[in-house]
Amino acid sequence: MNRLLLNRLIMVLSTISAIVGIVFLFWILATLSIKGVSSMHFNIFFNDLVNGGIRNLLVGQFTMAIIATIIGVPLGMMAGIYLREYSNDSTLASIMRNLSDVMMSAPSIVIGVFVYAIMVSPVNQYNGWAGSVALSIMMIPIIISTTDNMLSLVPKELREAGIALGGSKHKIIVQIVLRAAKVGITTGVLLAFARIIGETAPLLFTSANNAYFTMNMSDQFPSLTVSIYNLANYPDSASRDLAWAAAFVLTMIVLFINITGRFITRERR
Amino acid sequence: MNAALFKNFSSLSAALSFVILFGIFLVLFIYSKDAISQFGLGFLFESIWEVGEDDEGGVFGGVVPIVGTLYATLIAMIVATPIALGIAIFLTEVAPDFMVKPVSVSIELLAAIPSIIYGMWGLFYLAPIVQHFFGGSGMGLLTAGLVLAIMVIPFMSAISKDAMNTTPDVLKESAYAMGATKFEVIKDVVMPYSKAGIIGSIILALGRALGETMAVAFLIGSVMSIPKAITDPTTSIPVLLANNFAEADDLELSSMFYLALILFVISFIIISIAKFYFLGRKK
Repeated sequence: MNRLLLNRLIMVLSTISAIVGIVFLFWILATLSIKGVSSMHFNIFFNDLVNGGIRNLLVGQFTMAIIATIIGVPLGMMAGIYLREYSNDSTLASIMRNLSDVMMSAPSIVIGVFVYAIMVSPVNQYNGWAGSVALSIMMIPIIISTTDNMLSLVPKELREAGIALGGSKHKIIVQIVLRAAKVGITTGVLLAFARIIGETAPLLFTSANNAYFTMNMSDQFPSLTVSIYNLANYPDSASRDLAWAAAFVLTMIVLFINITGRFITRERR
Repeated sequence: MNAALFKNFSSLSAALSFVILFGIFLVLFIYSKDAISQFGLGFLFESIWEVGEDDEGGVFGGVVPIVGTLYATLIAMIVATPIALGIAIFLTEVAPDFMVKPVSVSIELLAAIPSIIYGMWGLFYLAPIVQHFFGGSGMGLLTAGLVLAIMVIPFMSAISKDAMNTTPDVLKESAYAMGATKFEVIKDVVMPYSKAGIIGSIILALGRALGETMAVAFLIGSVMSIPKAITDPTTSIPVLLANNFAEADDLELSSMFYLALILFVISFIIISIAKFYFLGRKK
């Protein structure tokens, strides 16, 4: 009888811990939505930070993330293609694979410090390019591992069919393998984009922040996340309200991109 | 011709992650050389952090941020591990089928929420609660550790759930056939089978908590003193960097790079252990 009691006890404990975890997590979403919606005005989307809005911040954050994607996706995809298609699964390839996973978990603040040293310190000016490069360093390992995983799902027979038709390795990769893995890789890119658009630490001393609208990447660049950090720490309630509204907008963007990514994969299967 | 170019570009890209990792190490080392030659390894045992007269020189030691980082991470792991494993067990063995999908999707979505959101929520909602129950100012190790825990729970439970799911049904069914209870199946079949993955998930979460900046920056209090009680404010390496890096120069800046190097090396070692020993990527 004792065993059954113990069993019951453990089952209850695990259910409770699941409930505790989920309650906490939903509590965060609920307060964020309530606070965010109640401090939201439509004119924050048409004003810049100096005038109590987030227009320049949204544009700046997206600009940096998109440039990071333009840098990071080709490099990451090519690296993934090398690991899966060219490396013949050598020891070197498996070391590279693990190193890229290690890089994925490197503290984001350290990446910020690194980019500061190579791109801000030499020119003595915070700039948008540095922010983009820091974000792309965060993105590359994610893209490598997605590409690598997605290519591994492409059936060998497809490659063999390509060989039988006399295709060169390069042709087979570009015209058969990549096409087959297109959906999975797109989802991976979306998820990686969602990850970097919410990053703060790598931007703190690379792009820093800018209260005015600018598209000049050589200057301090407006950032939504860095602004949230600053605004939330100001004592006045107007700043805090703006921080909540901005946090809500940011979370909605991140969740929207995530859900879209998941939806694309599901559609196909 | 084109094909050769494609292949070369692809192998160069693959070398990139190695180059970046090595580059980070090298650059941090070069920039922290002043501090290393001035303080050497004594940096790890010096708790004073003071700029000298006329902003010249000064004494900088890493004890406070290093200790703060370790304590906050320890609190987070103690709180998060049982809850995350509980969630993983719930999702793999306890929950009825119709609940598994929605619960695991929402947990994965919560893992995607930016850390700054967790930090901000903690500042306005958790800090007052901690203050009410434990005293202190609400800003300190305990609050920072709790928010870190909440942040790593989704991450940890998602990975350990995947590990537990790899247990073949046949093994579990055999144990049930022998009259084992669910708990005995989990303890004697699922756990041993997925041990490596579970330990790996804990270590990865540990690495993430060590390097987390924004969630902690709101809450740890950013005070350069060794905490005497669990509710005392202190600071951590990422938080010190986040708040003071931009204003520092000369020896202080170099000491900050030294701290970044220490953090980088620690997390590199921890994550490598998790990856190479416990979570060896399947081909």
